[in-house]
Amino acid sequence: MSSIIIKEYDIPANDFSRAGEASSNVRKLLTQLGVNPAIIKRTSIAMYEAELNVVIHGNGGRARVEIFEDKIEILVYDEGPGIEDIELAMKEGYSTAPDFIREMGFGAGMGLSNIKKNSDKFVLESEPNKGTRVYITIYLY
Amino acid sequence: MVLNEIIELINGEIHTCTDKMNIIIKSACGADLMSDVMAFSKENAMLLTGLVNPQVIRTAEMMDIQVVVFVRGKKPSKEMCELAEEKGIVLLSTDLSMFTACGILYKAGIVGKGSECE
Repeated sequence: MSSIIIKEYDIPANDFSRAGEASSNVRKLLTQLGVNPAIIKRTSIAMYEAELNVVIHGNGGRARVEIFEDKIEILVYDEGPGIEDIELAMKEGYSTAPDFIREMGFGAGMGLSNIKKNSDKFVLESEPNKGTRVYITIYLY
Repeated sequence: MVLNEIIELINGEIHTCTDKMNIIIKSACGADLMSDVMAFSKENAMLLTGLVNPQVIRTAEMMDIQVVVFVRGKKPSKEMCELAEEKGIVLLSTDLSMFTACGILYKAGIVGKGSECE
């Protein structure tokens, strides 16, 4: 099935005043499309967490959002330092975020597991020095 | 409980969305860690926090939180107020501590949802 809408967003590095702008845009779009509010919330949480990761860890990146009749597919990717141990990174409470991120209220090590929790399908691809790709699928029905 | 009554109880100062003083608030959460708000808060329409930065507004937006209360007399910046106004989020300040503000609201019947870890 072909997608109805495709959107691409830039996620600038270390710009915390704009972090969340892409997720906010998608949220607005889904609201206009009349998507169920509970699904919008799950999508928003998953994408916002992924977007923050790119700002905090990935030196900036991009997001590609495809909306189909029955699902939303989101790819958030960067060409940052990558993740050495994915299993460890997925563990709740594990974080490599610096102190200034923690002072901003993030970096508690909940992000990746929270993305997984809010997605119907979640795939994380990463290798050291090769960046990180997070695939999120959320079904509309 | 009507937001106006809440503002009276915590002696709140209103910073944005003065047209929304009659919305009904049934549940709230209190946290300085936005990661926790994202991971554990459910269906809470109000957030009490001691953290003051634009990401608090973003987090509130994603979590469908309609009202943010800054405790311990903290005030949002102009940039934060503009963002909140754009998103339709009410920003309030109270001189009360987090513990006291939450206590007063809990006693008045506001509950917390999703505060227990699953």
